[in-house]
Amino acid sequence: MKKSIVYLYLFVVTLTFSCAQGPENEVNTPENIPFTAELLIDGLQIPWGMAFLPDGSMLVTEKSGELIHFKNGEKMMISNVPSIYARGQGGLLDVVLHPNYSDNGWIYFSYASEEGEEKGGHTAITRARLKDNSLQDIEVLYKGTPNTTKGQHFGSRIVFDNEGYLYFSIGERGARDINPQDLTRDGGKIYRLFDDGRIPEDNPFVSTEGAKTAIYSYGHRNPQGLTKHPETGRIWNHEHGPKGGDEINIVEKGANYGWPLITYGINYSGTPITDKTEMEGMKQPIHYWVPSIAPSGMAFVTSDKYKGWKGNLLVGSLVFQYLERLTLEGSQVTNREKLMGDLGRVRNVRQGPDGLIYVAIEGKGIYKLVPKE
Amino acid sequence: MKIIVLIYLAVIISLSFLLFQDPELDASIQRGNEIYADFCVTCHMGKGEGVPYTFPPLAKSDYLMNNREASIKGIKYGRQGELTVNGIVYNNTMDKLGLDDEEIADVMNYILNSWGNSSDQMVTLEEVEAITE
Repeated sequence: MKKSIVYLYLFVVTLTFSCAQGPENEVNTPENIPFTAELLIDGLQIPWGMAFLPDGSMLVTEKSGELIHFKNGEKMMISNVPSIYARGQGGLLDVVLHPNYSDNGWIYFSYASEEGEEKGGHTAITRARLKDNSLQDIEVLYKGTPNTTKGQHFGSRIVFDNEGYLYFSIGERGARDINPQDLTRDGGKIYRLFDDGRIPEDNPFVSTEGAKTAIYSYGHRNPQGLTKHPETGRIWNHEHGPKGGDEINIVEKGANYGWPLITYGINYSGTPITDKTEMEGMKQPIHYWVPSIAPSGMAFVTSDKYKGWKGNLLVGSLVFQYLERLTLEGSQVTNREKLMGDLGRVRNVRQGPDGLIYVAIEGKGIYKLVPKE
Repeated sequence: MKIIVLIYLAVIISLSFLLFQDPELDASIQRGNEIYADFCVTCHMGKGEGVPYTFPPLAKSDYLMNNREASIKGIKYGRQGELTVNGIVYNNTMDKLGLDDEEIADVMNYILNSWGNSSDQMVTLEEVEAITE
């Protein structure tokens, strides 16, 4: 009983601090919506990743393991996709093209893989080329170890920066007290590689004994959003918190983002994880969500297609089932807006080469946001 | 006096049911608790309360308690589309979770016996195995 009083006290304290973020943490519903959502690709279950090919066609990953090529209004299945470990949150995840795709044809995938000796699976990053509707020249660039049968927190998003480095995220695989703060273990990290999988010699932990040298930053929980800021060129991520405490972070070399030592969230049961929201040597998020929106997919708007949206950040919400538009001043979130409510769990958002926004919704498909005249 | 004895016996019997549950069921519920915390809690939440209009509740859920076979099938193969739970219509997708049949039996036993739910008939491995797509 005494314990529960302490927990209650901590909960109230945490909640008070959580709410101290102020009014910018309210989400607004706009009156004038500058687009019409047109269902471009229908009949999809969990469209996790999408990429735009130069010929105007699209690649879409289904979490269940299917890779779809959408061309001229038709869905074609691509064969020779790597074997997927479909359990819990694991499956076929992100798909991203190489920045020089037109020259080299490389396509990058993240997925849950059973490769390795132990039972279970872990996140893998692979590249391949598309030939005659089949994946060829397959190269596994990274595979998290050891496998585990846990169903949680595979991450995983992929992004390239302006220098051509490849970044990807792996969640902490349901082992929050073991993985995220340990540099010798995979999980709870954002990684940086060369485009061919080699490890850059100036990665932050290359000379740390026993460390996984691909690690770029650590102390993450489950990042399912990773994107490049259009002006600064820096990599931004968002990640799922537990109950409360989803975060947006700017990814810095060698930085520790604190999970699970600091968090703005609590356990699903309502008990605290820690009473600390900050600690020396650990980064603070530039924004956090309480309650959790369960963010997935992340894109900056760089086109002028939607009035007043340029420079804004778009994020999907799985739990509240809407697309969130965040207005920023530098790295400060100044407004949050709810779009596309009640269509389903928003899994991904991308800006296409045509400057239009494409939104992936579970149980529905891919929506194209057609600007209103 | 007779009535008092009868009441006494009734109380003892019901208490013994509460206190000395089937150890096999207890072990299954225990394992199911871990599965729940891993695969289910993010949507159905810590007390099985779900998220109104988005993710249906499991706690005191009329659907769960009255549709045992369909519930097992949903966990085993995933499910999509409309579902009415406690008077609220849900229209969402639950992904196939990739659990093995034993894990499905365990998590069923856990959700059937938590947050005020109770079921006197244990879900067995054979019962799960028998359910096909």
